[in-house]
Amino acid sequence: MAPSAFVWLLLAAAYFIVPLYATLDFSLKENKIGTPCCTLSNYSWVLHNGDFWHTIKISFLLAIETIVISLLLFVPTMYFVHLKLPRLRPVIAFMALVPFVVPPIVMVVGLLRTFRGTPNWFYGQPWGFLATAYVILAFPYMFFSLDAGFRSIDVHTLTEASRNLGASWTTTLVRVILPNIRSAALAASFLTLAIVMGEFTIANLAAFHTFPIFLQYVNESQGFPAGALTLLSFLITWGAMLSLLLVGRKRGVRGAVITGAR
Amino acid sequence: MVGAFQDKANHATFSNIHLLFQHPYVDAYWGSLRISVITAVAGSFFGILVAYAAIRDGTPRWIRSVLTTFSGVAANFGGIPLAFAFIATLGPLGVVTTWFRNGGYDLSVRWPQFQLFSERGVELAYMYFQLPLMILVIAPALDGLKREWREAASNLGAKGWQFWRYVGIPVLMPSFLGAFILLFGNAFAAYATAYSLNQGQNIVPILIGNYYTGNVLDNPHLAQALAFGMFVVLAVMMLLYIPLQRRAARWSK
Repeated sequence: MAPSAFVWLLLAAAYFIVPLYATLDFSLKENKIGTPCCTLSNYSWVLHNGDFWHTIKISFLLAIETIVISLLLFVPTMYFVHLKLPRLRPVIAFMALVPFVVPPIVMVVGLLRTFRGTPNWFYGQPWGFLATAYVILAFPYMFFSLDAGFRSIDVHTLTEASRNLGASWTTTLVRVILPNIRSAALAASFLTLAIVMGEFTIANLAAFHTFPIFLQYVNESQGFPAGALTLLSFLITWGAMLSLLLVGRKRGVRGAVITGAR
Repeated sequence: MVGAFQDKANHATFSNIHLLFQHPYVDAYWGSLRISVITAVAGSFFGILVAYAAIRDGTPRWIRSVLTTFSGVAANFGGIPLAFAFIATLGPLGVVTTWFRNGGYDLSVRWPQFQLFSERGVELAYMYFQLPLMILVIAPALDGLKREWREAASNLGAKGWQFWRYVGIPVLMPSFLGAFILLFGNAFAAYATAYSLNQGQNIVPILIGNYYTGNVLDNPHLAQALAFGMFVVLAVMMLLYIPLQRRAARWSK
């Protein structure tokens, strides 16, 4: 290996690893300064915290809701577009760029205004307003992933074969198409999970108490338990992203690299 | 969606838009632009060096796959946990701060202008997702620099720098500029990381947040105008990005 390459890689590794190490180090410290390493008390603080379980449950259910709605909405749509309206595909691809031009902080301002005056079960509940926002946020990632999935199979042949054998449209979609794009749908779902579990901007401005909001609250108030909590949230995000990479390894889901978590 | 935004900011009155060019707000835009440009420049510069170091001949394959896998994860990593990781590293009680202090070098005394909660600090934290993003985006372009070109150039008697000057850099330029814009937009839009580090940071997303949640001042209309301004900046960037993308795609057959 060339010496300069070695130096650059080493510097990059240090830059990436030190903050992770520091977080681990913090999470193992006692709440009093100067006491020796190591204690697991911060982890037990987290696990015995009611708000932790409460907010993580909200975030997780929100993620599931977002995934279900998105798949129900986009799988049939993408199927239809690939089968009957391939000319519409560039239009949708262009729309998928919109969340890049409209960052979450701008999007939430628009959404809050658009939906002001809607009934409280929608506007005042995470299951309504926040889920809607997250479906929009997840749309580009759903699109890129599903699009790659649909392109890698022969939609026309599969549909004709299935229809000729007497299957209904629903059966075709559920029993023929869906199993063939399973890994693309799974990849999109993992990505959505990672986005929703880490999304702070929209939740904060719309004043909903999700997991990242709780994390920020602990960051501000209790340094050492925050280390443990941060590490747990890393594990959630990283777990979702690594599953995504494993699922999507064969096809390049490379379009989907930027999420809205920051 | 886009249309809705435009109407909203415009439709109230122009006085909000006019305000954007007044004292505190225009500063926030400058702050945002500064952070975005600096992290995009640094991110694309170091990103391409690291990516090249991993891809070039002679570096073991596994390093490359570890780096791209890690970048795929780290580019998606940001917000509150990232801010905490940096507080734990370089905050007043941070691990690195403590190392230096124990080594007899007190960062806060010797280098007072660096503070994690200042603009430089926010930039340093942003680099954590900018760098991997650059690596992810530029790696395919570097792959596209075919070895045959290099061999052809050296067979024709080109020196190392001549290859870069006449072949490498011109081919990479569109991808590089495209990636730069991507990084710029990425930093420009970031909210949670900066918010968690310093809620008083004078950048546009934080200002929007403050106006909207009424933490400091409550003026949703102004927040909408600020958001509209952000949208305009990013839309311009996007218009620059699309032709670059098209040019970059030419070499990736």
